[in-house]
Amino acid sequence: MKDDDNPPIDEDRRDFILNTATSVVAGAGIATACWPFISSMNPSADVLSKATSEASLKGLKPGEVKTVAWQGKPVFILRRTKKQITSMETSDGGKDPQADSERVQNPDWLIVVGLCTHLGCVPSRKKDGWFCPCHGSVYDNSGRILTGPAPRNLDLPPYEFVSSDKIIIGKA
Amino acid sequence: MKHVISWVDKRFPLTEFVKKELTEYPTPRNLSFWWNFGSLAGIVLVLQIITGIFLAMHYSPVASLAFDSVEHIMREVNYGWLIRFMHSTGASAFFLMIFIHMARTLYYGSYRAPRELMWWTGQGLLLLLMATAFMGYLLPWGQMSYWGAQVITSLFGAVPFLGDELVIWLRGDFTVGNATLTRFFSLHYLIPFIIVGAVVIHLVALHSVRSSNPSGINLADKNNIPFHPYFTIKDIFGVSVFFAVYSYFVFFQPNLLIEADNYIPANPMQTPAHIVPEWYFLPFYAILRAIPDLVGGVIAMGVSVMIFAAMPYLDRSKIPGGARYRPFYRVMFYLFMIDVLILGYVGAHPPEGFLVILGQGATFFYFGSFALLPFLSKWEEAWLRKKGLPAEVEALLASEQVQQLDRRHSREDRRKNSTETSGDDGNE
Repeated sequence: MKDDDNPPIDEDRRDFILNTATSVVAGAGIATACWPFISSMNPSADVLSKATSEASLKGLKPGEVKTVAWQGKPVFILRRTKKQITSMETSDGGKDPQADSERVQNPDWLIVVGLCTHLGCVPSRKKDGWFCPCHGSVYDNSGRILTGPAPRNLDLPPYEFVSSDKIIIGKA
Repeated sequence: MKHVISWVDKRFPLTEFVKKELTEYPTPRNLSFWWNFGSLAGIVLVLQIITGIFLAMHYSPVASLAFDSVEHIMREVNYGWLIRFMHSTGASAFFLMIFIHMARTLYYGSYRAPRELMWWTGQGLLLLLMATAFMGYLLPWGQMSYWGAQVITSLFGAVPFLGDELVIWLRGDFTVGNATLTRFFSLHYLIPFIIVGAVVIHLVALHSVRSSNPSGINLADKNNIPFHPYFTIKDIFGVSVFFAVYSYFVFFQPNLLIEADNYIPANPMQTPAHIVPEWYFLPFYAILRAIPDLVGGVIAMGVSVMIFAAMPYLDRSKIPGGARYRPFYRVMFYLFMIDVLILGYVGAHPPEGFLVILGQGATFFYFGSFALLPFLSKWEEAWLRKKGLPAEVEALLASEQVQQLDRRHSREDRRKNSTETSGDDGNE
């Protein structure tokens, strides 16, 4: 039986609403179900627990570098000589200008993450800074990028001096 | 036996399938040996899967054990050295077969209509192969393994906003670590089976458009011959030659393509003085280094791999046949091959002095040749037409034009019909 008072059914509109509602709900469900798997690929609790490490500064003579591990990454600790400090304080670096005072807590100690900001190689120590063997980036004694493909200065880890010869890296 | 086969045939199209797709599958009779490399790549894929499964029985995907377990395979497992060298040599062989297969497609213009989907599924296979090789290279946990993975995962840091988080997510750690090794092992085992699936799609597409051939035109039926025995025997001959060369490298030069530094266990605190990727990544690596900017370099490297997919659109010439009948294209093909070799040489050496300029020049030429192709192929067509084409080719081009017109008309007809019918639907 036909009821003339009802407007004709708009099939297209009905299909559109049904399809949209089904895909939105199904899509949200699938996305939610994916999350545990995506999240499982992030660093696990034991990896995160390596977040801080202690480093002793004892026995390092001026001009000497020491490499310690923090979060599995190398951290360079450089005890700078008076000459190195003055030359660093009078320059602003190169490609990514920054004052030396913004990069150190105590000018005697430069503490930087030892991974090239280009593609993560460990730069090797040269007379006046570091040189990355992978693609030839050059850093000065403040860890600032001078030349090469690296976009940024060497990263500064958060750290604090617990005593005059001991620091905790990963905690500021 | 006959009874068994007829029993199966009633339930499954076995005989029909073998006849249609294998024994009686019509194949152009003029295929040269350049058409052997597809089946050779298939053989290497099988070889890699078999040797890989047996290696996995003895390998420990744990950072503290991985390096030693590879040495265990080399020294203590029966024939472990053989299986491992077959696998490591097989990786290089796989890329060599694929590169030759691609070069053949480029030279003979096999990527042109109607084989675009062959070319694109092939492009997908190349990406999967690169991913598998890259992940597999981390597993021995040597210095080159470690720093290769460190550099390549760092490339994802070029992604805007999410870069740093993405890199940590990919590695499961702040640097490449145990979590990275275990996931690479899992995926290195998985992706080859996805490759098998993709190869099936590649072959279904092939059997729908049929093999191209050196003439570049579709042959008349009488010029096609059954695949068996003519091409089974030819492929078996190719496989024999392949195994002779492959065996030479497995037994006499197994370490030729393995960097000596990879026999030093991974050390996250020390990068080797000179890191290089495996030979099959060198040209792309040279392009990455040629651009003195992180994001730009990463984009250039990605595009340098993916740009091949655009070939069916970049090549605008209507002249049938490949480089053989197209003098401009042929010159460009050879220059491009030389350019890729130069890039490979640059990628293998430290970026110093003249090599920096050479790398940048070669990178410019690499992209320039793709950019030039649309114009060059048009000029070439005009020049060839002016010079006068053989009557047969003229006839072929004319018939294709007629076909295209026909197709356009029939499309318009269909559109007209469909609007009429949809108008009818509305009334119901």
